[in-house]
Amino acid sequence: MTRRTPIRIAVLDYGAANMVSITQALTAVGAEPIVAADPEAMAGVDALVVPGVGAAGPAMDHLRDRGLADPLREWVRAGKPCLGICLGLQLFFDASDEGSAPTLGLLAGRSVALVDAPTLPHIGWNSVIFDRAHPLFDGIPDGSYFYFVHSFAPAPKDQSIVLARTTHGRPFVSAVAQGSLYGLQFHPEKSSDAGLRVLANFVTLVSASAAPAPGVA
Amino acid sequence: MLARRVIPCLDVDKGRVVKGTKFLNLTDEGDPAELAERYAREGADEIVFLDITAAHERRGTMLDIVRRTASRAFVPLTVGGGVRSVDEMRDVLRAGADKVSFNTAAVAEPALLTACADRFGSQAVVCAIDARRLPLADGADSAERRWEVVTHGGRRPTDLEAVAWAMRVVELGAGELLVTSMDRDGTHSGFDTELLAAIATRVRVPVIASGGAAGPADFVTAVRDGKADAVLAASIFHRRTHSIADVKAAMAAAGLPVRRIEESGA
Repeated sequence: MTRRTPIRIAVLDYGAANMVSITQALTAVGAEPIVAADPEAMAGVDALVVPGVGAAGPAMDHLRDRGLADPLREWVRAGKPCLGICLGLQLFFDASDEGSAPTLGLLAGRSVALVDAPTLPHIGWNSVIFDRAHPLFDGIPDGSYFYFVHSFAPAPKDQSIVLARTTHGRPFVSAVAQGSLYGLQFHPEKSSDAGLRVLANFVTLVSASAAPAPGVA
Repeated sequence: MLARRVIPCLDVDKGRVVKGTKFLNLTDEGDPAELAERYAREGADEIVFLDITAAHERRGTMLDIVRRTASRAFVPLTVGGGVRSVDEMRDVLRAGADKVSFNTAAVAEPALLTACADRFGSQAVVCAIDARRLPLADGADSAERRWEVVTHGGRRPTDLEAVAWAMRVVELGAGELLVTSMDRDGTHSGFDTELLAAIATRVRVPVIASGGAAGPADFVTAVRDGKADAVLAASIFHRRTHSIADVKAAMAAAGLPVRRIEESGA
């Protein structure tokens, strides 16, 4: 990496996530995480991470109450790097079957309950099968195990944003990317070496986008 | 395909990992965070800390141990013992745990499971069920087998029947069940697969088998006959009788999906 300073990443704290694990994991891959509980804390960072477990409705309420929802939308619409994890990914879509309230509307589609799941919630390590190659999964073999804890998963309208799928009952979408917006249904911060590698790849992608790009207007 | 999990359990007493037989004769086995990190490196799919003395000494949970572990072991972490309120659960999750396991507190106040599931999601709420076989009536066959729920580390009986209790706690909000046979715990005589199957075939949430692992073959039996989604053990790992890799190799050889890791790590 040519940058002298570490990549600074604001992890949005809206009361719905284990902040310790994600910040420690980002630190472990060389980034400098900042816990952002208000929009001011997002100033000057290179990327956002939206973590989260739990229910979509209360999560959206908390994002709004802390004034984070609109700045997050603006950040993503400006094309800046952002990674959603689990519920964080689900919030990127228009709505969720888990509640009636609309979610962020950054990606077309909704989050739907897992169909035909033999156990619910879907808890545990499951294999992630790639739809296509992507730098987010550099160095990770197809079919690698990652840790999941959820009952809902995104159903994108645009299937071209799908990076990977996982099967629990039926296949569901387990990773997406659209421009600099990335989403993982599994928890990289809980997925041991494979998970840390995904986070390291995200940091590399952020680093590439943050570095001055000669010739690009 | 969803892998069957292998979960080392660290029974913690006064900040140290201990292990005894049927919760008695405790011996010191090491520092919780250090052991947890070692197990994560060796392929543990999850780590469970059980504060085994919390219920009767009424101590708090081990927030410091959780914090130290979460900064070095990047696998899921469950904490049980001593959590009695939504606020206490919040503190444990904020320290870096992913789930909290309720046992005595769930029996004393079943509504606590619902309150915690409403706040943090059922995926974070584990209900631990310690069960002991009841004697069979004269002439009854094993299909009529019943188990009684016990609390306070096995010291206190309840009037709850284990299978009915399992179904009830799932309705209340538990997203996972940790089922321990008190007859087998620490005895190395194998899991009580009848107990496991009786519960696992009646609930949709994952069931973690606990209590009685002697060797890799018992893990296979717990999944195949006991219908368990995950298998938990303590002393066979602490004493290095068997490694996590040994156990997973046996499970894989039996055709069970497991997450194998490279011996060298990454």
